[in-house]
Amino acid sequence: MEFRSSVDIYTEWDIVAARQLGRNEAKKAGFGTVDQARITTAISELARNIYLYAGKGKIEIERFEESGLNGIAIIASDDGPGIPDARKVMEDGFSTSGGLGAGMPGVKRLMDEFKLETEVGEGTKITATKWLR
Amino acid sequence: MNTRIPILKLNDVLIVSVQWELDDQTAIQFQEDLLKKMHDTTAKGVVIDLTPIDFIDSFIAKVLGDVINMSGLMGAKVVITGIQPAVAITLIELGIRLEDVLTALDLENGLDKLNKELEA
Repeated sequence: MEFRSSVDIYTEWDIVAARQLGRNEAKKAGFGTVDQARITTAISELARNIYLYAGKGKIEIERFEESGLNGIAIIASDDGPGIPDARKVMEDGFSTSGGLGAGMPGVKRLMDEFKLETEVGEGTKITATKWLR
Repeated sequence: MNTRIPILKLNDVLIVSVQWELDDQTAIQFQEDLLKKMHDTTAKGVVIDLTPIDFIDSFIAKVLGDVINMSGLMGAKVVITGIQPAVAITLIELGIRLEDVLTALDLENGLDKLNKELEA
């Protein structure tokens, strides 16, 4: 079975809403406190990227509940400017916004799977998955 | 909505207990409020307790790191206390190092540490 819920990202407050949704879903999926923190942090980074670079977009949380295959996926999508140098954003410390540059490589480390699809002028979609062990 | 983090004064020390999840505005407001209070009270040290906080993202980490450096510029020392195991794990995995930051397990140990620093 699959449960999907989403938060539209327009303002800073939506970042808070997205991570609260994520934490609740992670809790429901049976993740422990450390994984809940990992998932919440990953959502916060992805939602903030949407807010900072695309202006608006969407965070979807998908909860898988199948025998032997339980997990949670964060899907962050926007129709923003896209990422011209996708390899660069995966480098630690790279930032164009004066931030810490921890976001993207950090999310990859916090989660189990990470997929980045982006096209300049079209938008960006990031799917990050965590499996319940 | 404008929520402010209360800042208490105890002798030469300011004590801050962050009781709820920080949004961006509250974090930035806190930065200003703390520096202003420091200036007004001539406090020499600050303890920021994060016990109830269950996650810190790179933005909040940056604000915290900045406020520690800003306090240093104003001649005050900051001790961070109460970082939860889950928070410590995710911060390091995220790639964030709060280097040269004084930390302690809880408020009590934090105040001890700060007083020793201020006496030294």
